[in-house]
Amino acid sequence: MADHALRKAPLGRHHGGSAGARVTPAAPATRLSLRAGEDAIGTLSLAFGLELPRRPKTSASVSGRHALWLGPDEWLLIDENGADLMGIASGVSALHSATDVSHRNTAILVSGPDAAGAIASACPLDLGNAIFPVGAAARTVLGKIEVVLFRSGEEDYRVECWRSFSPYAFGLLVEGAEDAGL
Amino acid sequence: MLLIYCPYCEEERSELEFRHGGDAHIARPANIADITDEEFQDYFFLRDNPKGLIFERWRHIHGCGRFFNAARDTVSDKFVMSYKAGEPKPNLSGEPTATEKTVETYEAVEGIAK
Ligand SMILES: [Zn+2]
Repeated sequence: MADHALRKAPLGRHHGGSAGARVTPAAPATRLSLRAGEDAIGTLSLAFGLELPRRPKTSASVSGRHALWLGPDEWLLIDENGADLMGIASGVSALHSATDVSHRNTAILVSGPDAAGAIASACPLDLGNAIFPVGAAARTVLGKIEVVLFRSGEEDYRVECWRSFSPYAFGLLVEGAEDAGL
Repeated sequence: MLLIYCPYCEEERSELEFRHGGDAHIARPANIADITDEEFQDYFFLRDNPKGLIFERWRHIHGCGRFFNAARDTVSDKFVMSYKAGEPKPNLSGEPTATEKTVETYEAVEGIAK
């Protein structure tokens, strides 16, 4: 029997895309599903080192850590450097609910001039520059599954989905990338 | 595809992100254990199913997750307005409702096809 567990990435061997839109599995990250009322936002923002966004479809990012607005009292926190987000949350006494979803989700990065087109092939969200600018984030649908979409750069999008749905999401995005290049 | 205005996201989003939640403004009786079976039936089961304007609960389940209320025309499927849960039922008595004359109904189109 093995002495220790090996990490098996859900999309370990996947790669794809087109000349205009690269589709790549994102590196592992820590994630938190955070719920809190108005009165706890200030304390939590201080603890996490970023201002939790209060406006729909917005986000806050500080050196690889992102807080995405999902609802009026709900955020998805992602730390690309694997920081212990649960540890930070447990040190906050203001009333809130934090659930570690690091391994529930995985992410797919879609980048390139056709990235928005590739995502739009299966997502009803308006991805125009004025309505979904860099930094915008929203929970929405991609084909048959729910995803959280985050625009991290001019031509860069992060698609967060449930781990077990990720081969489906990946396949759909690869198809979209090919179609967007036609 | 219908676009539905979510009062929490403050914009129109695709119907694919929403789920219908039945009639709005149905008040649960405070004395639920005391009411008669007939009164319970009225409260729990019986709905008007109107042709025209209806007030419904909707949930932006694949978006912000919130329940809200919306006024919809059951003939045209047009969303007249939507508003946050807990807000009073708006008075839309002056709002014109759709009829078979203003909306292309399935029956009418089928009639032409024949
Ligand atoms: Zn919403």
